[in-house]
Amino acid sequence: MDLSFATQQVIYGLTLGCLYGLLAIGYTMVYGVLRLINFAHGDLLMVSAYVAFFGIIIFSLPWPVAFLGAAIFTAVIGILIDRGAYKPIRKSPRISALITAIGVSFLLENLALVLIGGRPKSFPIPTLFNGSLSIGELKVPVLSLWILSLTLVLLVIVIGIVHKTRIGMAMRALSRDIETVSLMGIDENRVISFTFALGSILAAFGGVMWCMRYPAVEPFMGVIPGLKAFVAAVLGGIGNVTGAAIGGLILGLAEVLIVAIQPDWSGYRDAIAFCIMIVILLTRPRGIMGENLPD
Amino acid sequence: MINLLNIQELAVHFGGLCAVNSLNLRINSSEIVGLIGPNGAGKTTAFNVITGIIRPTKGKITFLGREITGKPAPVIARSGIARTFQNIRLYDDLSVIENVMVAAHSSVSYSFAEAILGFGRFTRDEARIRKRSQELLDLMGLGHLTREKANSLPYGSQRKLEIARALALEPKLVLLDEPVAGMNPTETSDFAKFIIKLRQDTSIGIGLIDHDMSFVMNVCDKIKVIDHGIEIAWGVPHEIRNNKKVIKAYLGEN
Amino acid sequence: MPDENPKRDKFLTFISLSFLLCFLWYADNHFSNYTLRILNNIAIFIILAVSYNLINGITGQFSLEPNAFLAVGAYTSAIFTLSPEEKLRSFIIEPMAWPLSEISLSFPASLVVAGVVTAFMALLMAIPVFRVRGDYLAIVTLGFGEVIQVVANNIVSVTNGPLGIKGLAPHTNIWWSWGICIFTVLCVVRLVNSSYGRAMKAVREDETAAMAMGINAFRIKTLAFTFSAFFEGVAGGLLAHLITTISPSLFTFLLTFNLLIIIVVGGLGSTTGAIISAVLITWGGEALRLVEEPISVLGFEYEGIPGMRMVLFSLILIFVMLFARSGLMGRNEFRWAILINWLKRRKTSEAKNQ
Ligand SMILES: Nc1ncnc2c1ncn2[C@@H]1O[C@H](COP(=O)(O)OP(=O)(O)O)[C@@H](O)[C@H]1O
Ligand SMILES: [Mg+2]
Repeated sequence: MDLSFATQQVIYGLTLGCLYGLLAIGYTMVYGVLRLINFAHGDLLMVSAYVAFFGIIIFSLPWPVAFLGAAIFTAVIGILIDRGAYKPIRKSPRISALITAIGVSFLLENLALVLIGGRPKSFPIPTLFNGSLSIGELKVPVLSLWILSLTLVLLVIVIGIVHKTRIGMAMRALSRDIETVSLMGIDENRVISFTFALGSILAAFGGVMWCMRYPAVEPFMGVIPGLKAFVAAVLGGIGNVTGAAIGGLILGLAEVLIVAIQPDWSGYRDAIAFCIMIVILLTRPRGIMGENLPD
Repeated sequence: MINLLNIQELAVHFGGLCAVNSLNLRINSSEIVGLIGPNGAGKTTAFNVITGIIRPTKGKITFLGREITGKPAPVIARSGIARTFQNIRLYDDLSVIENVMVAAHSSVSYSFAEAILGFGRFTRDEARIRKRSQELLDLMGLGHLTREKANSLPYGSQRKLEIARALALEPKLVLLDEPVAGMNPTETSDFAKFIIKLRQDTSIGIGLIDHDMSFVMNVCDKIKVIDHGIEIAWGVPHEIRNNKKVIKAYLGEN
Repeated sequence: MPDENPKRDKFLTFISLSFLLCFLWYADNHFSNYTLRILNNIAIFIILAVSYNLINGITGQFSLEPNAFLAVGAYTSAIFTLSPEEKLRSFIIEPMAWPLSEISLSFPASLVVAGVVTAFMALLMAIPVFRVRGDYLAIVTLGFGEVIQVVANNIVSVTNGPLGIKGLAPHTNIWWSWGICIFTVLCVVRLVNSSYGRAMKAVREDETAAMAMGINAFRIKTLAFTFSAFFEGVAGGLLAHLITTISPSLFTFLLTFNLLIIIVVGGLGSTTGAIISAVLITWGGEALRLVEEPISVLGFEYEGIPGMRMVLFSLILIFVMLFARSGLMGRNEFRWAILINWLKRRKTSEAKNQ
């Protein structure tokens, strides 16, 4: 394997990893504050992709407007999911919330199927994101550069919010134990809504970039990325934002590089995340950046 | 009288917070030892460490001469340490007698295959466990409530049920975390009599936490006082009652 | 309080099982193939629901495994019932790996092997998952469901890849499916009523308090999970020899979702509820299939909408979780004493009314 091929693969891996990472952050934040695996989170990727798609195709919006609209719409959906489905059962056993989450995820997917239909739609990629830069033998897709830089910017913003703002501090307090937050005089539900909104916005950006990278929009497109993003969150240490991003990168790199090195295994690409999950649980259940959370 | 529990230089840290700091404690059989101190002193944490629910940062705990530091909770429970919880933790949706029978699980000799086939040791063990659990409920005055759901019981009865459940483990040492909290004075004095009789009848060792001073002074042979995780006094009840440090620690609160 | 009477209860159970057998005998001889197929489906879904409820409802560990374990069971038993000649004929992309290509078992033996293999898979998953917080069980089982499809597509020399395995003998009939169904229910009920079952419920109610009473939560969860996996694997074998053709795309998450609805509607934690609800929903789901097919109602042409059934099902699931969490049965179980008391009370109130 020559160097430029290797570099090329690393770039692909990082690109995929960023997309996983963006989705993983939402999982990790919601799990942090609610101890809930929000199964519907992956489907937000699909919601955002459809909104952007319709924005551009039907309403002929310029892409920045469509993308921003997708982010806002997805954030609203995220908040509504929490208010409508999870908030009423906050005090019930955890299993109820998990079952509800599965229900919400299925509802979103099948509503999309009923309303829009199952045929994959090809996403119109704005020219700005097309093409690639040639550096010697190396061809770097412009989109990859966009994805990498946008992820970095979003990550810095999120970390800033979580560590520097009052509401971010409340989020972190909430992920340790709920009572201190009430003591701080902050409305717990506002913090939770904010967490859902923030996670959804990241998922939304992940969504539009996902369908520029893999330009087929269909109702079940969020399922597999969602599953893998959760693995990334566990890999990074659930509850830890930076960890989730790093977990995403590792997972993306692993998937691309393993298949690049061993092309025979390409059929098993989707099984890699699962194997990684089992290995982490056996060796380092708190993940690479995980801290000791009280039960 | 044999030594049951021996704790040496126990410390527990939660992040930056030092909940328990170099605690030493011995409990012998047929002995009732009180562990008291203001709220947040680290009493419950000490119980959690002894029973294996939390791992200690430092220190050594032995039970009947064998080291149990950091062992898993079920192992410690099976070796003979039972407990109750400050904020009652029953199996809410199970019936009263089932709650007690759960604690007898470790004494079951039949395998799950025998449970499915349903004869031999299964029938015998089930009958034995049910009878023993009923006896314990009778002992705690809950005999008539066998089939009620645990969470339908009034508060005081739930506390008693927790004790029946702890005793079903056939322990050598019982740790009671605020057993008379929420009881009225008559119930409390009945409970004091019960504990003293239990100790006489069974030679069980008892460790207990409570805020009701007259109750603690009344039943305990020895008392340990801690504040902010640090030991401030150790002695028989009347020594503790007149100890200046103890009075000062409590004055801040009461 | 109704009084228990083990002898009478055993007798009544025996009588009603005899009635069930008579009904099945009648059905087997008089009902149409379509109805018989639904009856077989119901039996298989009862097996699945009752075992799925053991881990999700009784032990309280949220898992999403049935589609995966059905697949493992279906493939295992199918691979073992095909004769060497049939294997030679149908594995056209790649011949079947030796020694599988030579082995051939009877149908019942293949079901046992299917159960054991599936239970072993469950054990392998339980070890990493239950050593840490049980939360991850859902993700690991969900992931396994995806992986098993990937694997079935790729190990062509064992599974025949995307082509699947065709032409299985239709061994599954009313007697096999209902016989195993009754056996499963009896096993699960006995287990739940033993000390192991109480320990499972204790783990569900309060894991810490269960451990403080000497219960090894890891062992109990693993027992429940492996035990339900065994029966889910057997059900997979039954399913394979009912529909006679299996392929990776058959075992999607949809199956698991259907079962989740069944146990939630029945009342999470109630075996009785799981049985009732498996009957209702398997039957109802069959009827609802109409929604997705084009029909005309009162002269209106109504076009079938794919996905409509699932929208309805997800709404039901969310609705039950939010507003009627105890489902049909809560956590109550059927007992003869309750039925008898109820009948008695009705009689006396009727007598009063006259
Ligand atoms: N699991 C935990 N994580 C973090 N801090 C804890 C935990 N358990 C107890 N603490 C803290 O340790 C201190 C001692 O608590 P505790 O042992 O419950 O006191 P008490 O003497 O009233 O029983 C308190 O400040 C409490 O907030
Ligand atoms: Mg306390």
